[in-house]
Amino acid sequence: MRLPGKGLIAGGKPVTFSFNGQHMMGLEGDTLASALLANGVHLVGRSFKYHRPRGILTAGSEEPNALVIIGRGSHQDPNVRATTQELYEGLSARSQNCWPSVEHDVMAVNDLAAPFLGAGFYYKTFMWPAAFWEKLYEPLIRRAAGLGALSGAADTDAYEKAYAFCDLLVIGSGPAGLMAALTAARAGADVILAEEDSRMGGRLLAEDEEVDGMPAHLWVAEVLEELSAMENVRLMTRTAVTGAYDQGTYGALERVAHHKPRRHSLKDSHLPRECFWRIAAKRAVLAAGAIERPVAFRNNDRPGIMTASAVRAYLNRWGVTPGERVTVFANNDDAHRTARDLAAAGVHVAALIDSRHDAPDSEMFPVIKGAQVCDAGGRKRLESITVRSVAGEEKIQTDCLAMSGGWNPSVHLTCHLNARPTWRRDIAAFVPTPGAVPGMVTAGACNGEFSTAGALREGAKAAEQSLEALGLKATASDLPQAEDDPYRISPLWEVPGKGRAWLDFQNDVTVKDVQQAAGENFRSVEHMKRYTTQGMATDQGKNSNVAALAVLADATGRSIPETGTTTFRPPFVPVSIGAMGAGAAGQGFKPQRFLTSHKASEERGAHQLEVGLWYRAAYFPKAGETNWRQSCDREVTLVRNHVGICDVSTLGKIDIQGPDAGKLLDYVYTNTFSTLKVGRARYGLMLREDGFVMDDGTTARLGEQHYVMTTTTAAAGQVMAHLEYVSQALRPDWDVRIVSVTEQWAQFAVAGPKARALLNALLDDEIDSDSWPFMACGDVAVMGVSGRLFRISFSGEEAYELAVPARYGDALFRELVSRAEGLGGGAYGMEALNVLRIEKGFITHAEINGTVTALDLGMQGMMSQKKDFVGKPMSRREGLMAEDRAQLVGLKPIGAVKQLTAGAHLFNPEEPVERIFDQGYVTSACFSPTLGQSVALAFLSHGRDRIGEKVRLVDHMRGIDALCEVVEPQFYDPEGGRARG
Amino acid sequence: MRITCPICGERDRREFTYRGAALPRPAEDADLDAWHAYVNLRENPAGPLDELWHHEMGCGAWLKVRRNTATHEIHEVTLASDAGLGGAA
Amino acid sequence: MTPKEDAPVAELIAKSPCDGLLPVSVGGLTLSEEDLGHLTTLAPFKGQEKGLSTALEAAHGMKLPAAGRSTGKTGNRAIWFGRDMVLLAGPAPDTSLAEHAALTDQSDAWAVVRLDGEGCEDVLARLCPVDLRSQTFKRGHSARTELRHMMASVTRIGANSFQIMVFRSLARTLVHDLKTAMEAVAARR
Repeated sequence: MRLPGKGLIAGGKPVTFSFNGQHMMGLEGDTLASALLANGVHLVGRSFKYHRPRGILTAGSEEPNALVIIGRGSHQDPNVRATTQELYEGLSARSQNCWPSVEHDVMAVNDLAAPFLGAGFYYKTFMWPAAFWEKLYEPLIRRAAGLGALSGAADTDAYEKAYAFCDLLVIGSGPAGLMAALTAARAGADVILAEEDSRMGGRLLAEDEEVDGMPAHLWVAEVLEELSAMENVRLMTRTAVTGAYDQGTYGALERVAHHKPRRHSLKDSHLPRECFWRIAAKRAVLAAGAIERPVAFRNNDRPGIMTASAVRAYLNRWGVTPGERVTVFANNDDAHRTARDLAAAGVHVAALIDSRHDAPDSEMFPVIKGAQVCDAGGRKRLESITVRSVAGEEKIQTDCLAMSGGWNPSVHLTCHLNARPTWRRDIAAFVPTPGAVPGMVTAGACNGEFSTAGALREGAKAAEQSLEALGLKATASDLPQAEDDPYRISPLWEVPGKGRAWLDFQNDVTVKDVQQAAGENFRSVEHMKRYTTQGMATDQGKNSNVAALAVLADATGRSIPETGTTTFRPPFVPVSIGAMGAGAAGQGFKPQRFLTSHKASEERGAHQLEVGLWYRAAYFPKAGETNWRQSCDREVTLVRNHVGICDVSTLGKIDIQGPDAGKLLDYVYTNTFSTLKVGRARYGLMLREDGFVMDDGTTARLGEQHYVMTTTTAAAGQVMAHLEYVSQALRPDWDVRIVSVTEQWAQFAVAGPKARALLNALLDDEIDSDSWPFMACGDVAVMGVSGRLFRISFSGEEAYELAVPARYGDALFRELVSRAEGLGGGAYGMEALNVLRIEKGFITHAEINGTVTALDLGMQGMMSQKKDFVGKPMSRREGLMAEDRAQLVGLKPIGAVKQLTAGAHLFNPEEPVERIFDQGYVTSACFSPTLGQSVALAFLSHGRDRIGEKVRLVDHMRGIDALCEVVEPQFYDPEGGRARG
Repeated sequence: MRITCPICGERDRREFTYRGAALPRPAEDADLDAWHAYVNLRENPAGPLDELWHHEMGCGAWLKVRRNTATHEIHEVTLASDAGLGGAA
Repeated sequence: MTPKEDAPVAELIAKSPCDGLLPVSVGGLTLSEEDLGHLTTLAPFKGQEKGLSTALEAAHGMKLPAAGRSTGKTGNRAIWFGRDMVLLAGPAPDTSLAEHAALTDQSDAWAVVRLDGEGCEDVLARLCPVDLRSQTFKRGHSARTELRHMMASVTRIGANSFQIMVFRSLARTLVHDLKTAMEAVAARR
């Protein structure tokens, strides 16, 4: 019920919304929870396991009960806490975990079966038979239990991630946080003030008290006005700091659009729902406040039973009284304010029941001292409570009970780097352990200081400490006047008695469950947690964990500090997967690298292949070709017979210069490059330090102190990092400079018997075999543009690689292809390139798979004996020199065969196809149009000695079993005459 | 996590790639045990450890980072070029 | 080599890295392609930093920038480009520089864009994990960092202007990522 003129949002704009299809009115500034209470709605949802009717327990992000679904289809958000969801025009929410409705839920029958559904019930009931678990039990449990559901439609909303930086991050904007931010900002520090609520002020918005001689919320407004005018301050509302990480990094979730109606303009479609911030802060002040804890008594989960501070917040901030005949149950002085404020606002307070005999008196309402609430009646809405005292039991009619078991400081973030909180007996609560998070200090209620004056004092002090560490000086100023009442409490965790008393409302864990866990010897708090699921719901047990461990301590005869807490882990509030993965959906998952020839090859209908981040043409289909093999065969043939063009710009190109460039190359390659002539290129093999092959490629010498290295596409990044490592860490004394030039050059293979003829039509100066022999390289001018020409071949034909500055790549590719077509050739893609190199027995990373040595590849001759090089000492290990290692061979099928496949394993024809008889494996296979048959490259034990022998090739995955002849890996033109031309 | 690059200053860890323990390379003719230790054997302490990080997305420097593996505290960062990891040439 | 008499008459047409992608304007923010002229990396040989700086100043009128800085002005700038490396942007490098440093032509290797407008820091805060706020990252400051998953060079060239460089092949992703962030920033206004 709304009280006219009461609260901070009084006089605000009316807002219409609907709940479970019913239209209602609220006010601007309402949360869904405050608006529902204003409309007299207490029954909001059903509980997780027992489907008990549940209402609103709190007024904050710790809410365990009042979870609703908002939106439909791809916009459906389940488990939205009504207590943090801001009301907006047209908001439509519905209850979850109930069917057919929250009023009549058939699964409520679970509540009657409760004796069978206690702690460990899953483990005990569904153990046997094992096969039933997946098919029967799990689907059954999933339907019966659980929280809100997703729609199944993909989330189409935008989410984002962002970085922020500051000198001081202040977490929480209550009195401590505001005072800390103000003190630091006035001293000139860069301050970020993060507040999870939509409005700054913390408890000062919920209390009827004065600060600095004015109503608290006006003091808040004054401070905010000063802060927002300062350039060094960033105020972040709706931003919950979710985790503390190493070196002053904090995660924070900003709810950007959850408080806005969905509109369908283009601009709105770009507005992210949420933003996940990573805040790098030199220092931090945690002023996260505290969370009030319920008391466990029979049926303490009835709708209408709330925390005392929540009742006060609904009254003072939102002008709503959750009941017309309210009772209060407390073990501390603080909760008396609730009764006081209600009575002052004209709400009938039927009684305040205080478990302490020395509780303060009041003239405004009856106080029953030394008494406890032991039961509550009314299924869908609280109707009465039973009070037990020395005088016996008494029933009191009430529609709202405000309960308080004391306050738990929000120590969560201080524990994220593995620290544990410290028990303070005087306030019966855990407080942060100083220094728990480097660079962070705690202040106010989260530090166990519960008075407003104390919070202001600690906030200022925390800022001063932080400023000192930042090398800044605080300007002296007086602290504002505020209430400084002592916090008096006498612990009360549970009210003994029959029936179920709830601890964890969201996961339906009761006092009995915890006692049963202890009884079954799950005495460790971590074991109890997992056995009962205490604190494992979306609220992470924020208002129940401490009470649960107090019950466990009692049941096991230990003290609370002895029992200890479970581990606090981020995030402090739930973070949607959408926000976590922001920017990584669809194409954002990884960057795309496009060749300069991309557009031209797309225009030719090329099928694209992803090679790492690169997109490369796989093949260029011609009219009438119905599958890739037809295109590939044609492209291979046109290279062998005429001339083909292929974009090879993806190969890594590294510019190496300096007096010691040759030395570096000799050190990273197995063979020697310092003796290479200027204007020549050489094939090189590179090892890892463990002696296995890392990469291969050609390196050309452009000048006395200038080389350009080529790497494979796959290993370009790895080789670059390796060269940096070798030159910086291993040989820092050498004078050599390395830089990647992969992106500078568009480089095209021009391969085939007519390659030279084609080039000579384009080059400003013609070339011939004398001036450009095999493995020659140098500068050329192509159609007036300066480029580089390398006579190297990966196809076995006379071939060149022509490189021009990338801006000319598109034009040159078009020109080359069109001229090649005029000569009977054309463009060829990755598929044909692969066939061409297999026919020649050239290796790629299919062969360089991390387990092969130079010896395995038959390249032992490239291992220089005259110099040290990376990998040399370890390559001489016995196991790497062993005769029975698998060695590179070629395979040709004997007789007709469907195909040969990479990944197939090799066996001796007379031996069984069993693992222990394995002789090797196939790394590359293709149909060779040049030879008119399938061919494969493989690693075969003793391979080189077995040329001419037969092996059996078996691929169970693809149903292939073929007899093959072992041949030399060079299937075509083994002497290499064609390339030398 | 944040690492202070001696060249660029304090940077987010996602600019760096991790390589492993920072150990000096044995001489070419060192015995196989020394080489085996260099390539394969690691202490894996719960405490301070010298590690190699590459500021790959930043300035490109290889770094020797002394980091406590239990607390993630970073004690010292030096350029790998000053760390004497090349061993005997 | 034999000089040719019938050289082809056609010309190779140059294309810029962001050809057809830019400019883009969203809510007061503009992203456009920059043609900086020649781009040359200068990597000083051992002990040659001073010599290179002197030669650079003599030839091009600016000193070698310190780490994280740039020197010169639009059209003639030296940008710190990483460990032991500076990017000369604008003029063709004077031959005298080659005595002190390894020179490498990178004129075609980088996509270069500029982001202008109020809130450009907010756009980059969604993409780069470095502090680019004006109080810490002033005009002339330059960083090698990542932009999403891409190696990037970011230089502040004005109160509300940044120059951003990534590898040429990544131009499309660069524009996509920047445009998405620009739209998100604009949508919050």
